Amino acid sequence: MEKIPILKMGKFLLVTIQVDLYDRLALTLEEDLIQMVFKTGSKGVLIDISALSIVDSFMGKIIGNIAGMSSIMDAETVVVGMQPAVAITLIELGLPLSGVHTALNVEKGMALLESRMPPSLDDANDDDVD
Amino acid sequence: METPIFEILRSKKDRVLQLWLQVQQMDTEVSNNYNTADELRAQSTEFVDILVGSLNENTVQDFSSPELEALTDYISSLTISRARQGFSPRETATYIFTLKDALLKVLSEQNSDNPQQLYQDSILVSKFIDNIGILSFETFITGREDVIFQQSEEMAELSTPVIRVWNGILAMPIIGTLDSARTQVVMENLLQGIVDTGSSIAILDISGVPAVDSLVAQHLIKTVNATRLMGAECIISGIRPEIAQTVVHLGIDLSQMITKATLESALKFAFNSLQLEVRRTQREKLN
Amino acid sequence: MLMMTMLIKESLIIQQERDLVYCRNRVKEVAAKIGMGIVNQTKLITATSEIARNMLIYGGGGTMRLEVVTKGKQEGIQLVFEDKGPGIADIQKAMQDGYTTGRSLGMGLPGAKRLVNEFVIQSAIGQGTTVKMLKWKNG
Repeated sequence: MEKIPILKMGKFLLVTIQVDLYDRLALTLEEDLIQMVFKTGSKGVLIDISALSIVDSFMGKIIGNIAGMSSIMDAETVVVGMQPAVAITLIELGLPLSGVHTALNVEKGMALLESRMPPSLDDANDDDVD
Repeated sequence: METPIFEILRSKKDRVLQLWLQVQQMDTEVSNNYNTADELRAQSTEFVDILVGSLNENTVQDFSSPELEALTDYISSLTISRARQGFSPRETATYIFTLKDALLKVLSEQNSDNPQQLYQDSILVSKFIDNIGILSFETFITGREDVIFQQSEEMAELSTPVIRVWNGILAMPIIGTLDSARTQVVMENLLQGIVDTGSSIAILDISGVPAVDSLVAQHLIKTVNATRLMGAECIISGIRPEIAQTVVHLGIDLSQMITKATLESALKFAFNSLQLEVRRTQREKLN
Repeated sequence: MLMMTMLIKESLIIQQERDLVYCRNRVKEVAAKIGMGIVNQTKLITATSEIARNMLIYGGGGTMRLEVVTKGKQEGIQLVFEDKGPGIADIQKAMQDGYTTGRSLGMGLPGAKRLVNEFVIQSAIGQGTTVKMLKWKNG
């Protein structure tokens, strides 16, 4: 069975989707990714879709699911590298993917996640006092 | 036995041409000063040759017959070349329709003793030449449409430049009305610009947009949302007082977008979000 | 004027998920061949994906007829999706944003309609559903 590889990069998980997604593959990805978030305790998930030439409502839903599920497990999801044509199509389709963070590329996505993390584990408690 | 019409015309080709040139000379509309008489004669000779050459018992009845391809091609190119030389469609049409006069005259000379035959042949010839006229007219219109289409494409390209105003900041001034076709071009250029330059902020300046109604507002919202999907932010600037008034009066909700009155304040906002600062430098004073 | 154009006309079967990917790829190929821009290509294959998936889930699969059509100077792609499934009871409702009888987002049909230039849906209970859509090259 085909699988999309999930890489652990420091505190975050990185998924680069290189193949055309058919529905079952997307569902498997959802399942695997959530398991990985749980197992690794990652605080952020980067999904690189720069190689995807299509995101339809089903894949939009999967991306939303991943973001929603990670979020209640205290991890943020950033979708990076969406193609202009895909963005225009998604808007016309009526799927603005609200609730999902976006970034231009993996580097910027990583910086975005970094900036949303508490400074360090020890300081995390002090934040509430402020 | 009656001679078929195309046979008559084939045998009387020279007479047709002679009569046609005569009619052309009488008609000021045709013998206009664009062409020299020689040129006109050469063109007309070619026309008659091709016309008579492609007439047979099928084609005379059926104008859409593939056998007429040579003729239709010739008429199309004739129309185009005349249009380029500055002939009006009326002049070209008159040129073609005078040929009908010549043809009918030849037929009447041949069939003067058979009015029934003459009547039928005249209708056939008439219809045939009318079809040529229609084809010429269609070619003319299509040529114009091509020009209009090309121009509107060029205009769409010209009117949506993407300017990199700073490292990470793009600006796109929009001049003219924003309809859905234009919005697509704007979005495409803007998003491609964002990818190419890796910019995270895009400023869409609408000072040059005459009016913002709910449809234009919708196009703007779409553009902003598409920009966000890419991972960049889009600021709308150039909101003139009239625009602010109509937007509120129409009850359009622009609150999900970042809007600024001027390009200047949009730029300031962009600098701010990129944590940049523009300062006046301290010159070293001489004294 | 006679135009000599290589008209493409073919029929594809959609019976399983993998066929969906093949369908999208084929439509994309043909769209690129007639010179359709990347944005319109993406819109068309997204609409294709939505309708083909609907057909697979609700109609039990079916066929997609792909045809390159011309109207004057315009060139475009026409797709006809046909299934022999249970049919749609209330087309008007099915065309509303957010309406679904399954677990999807309910954006498939109305979204697909927004992505193409012409969109016609016909359905009869117990007989099946036909969706016909057309996208012009420059549309």
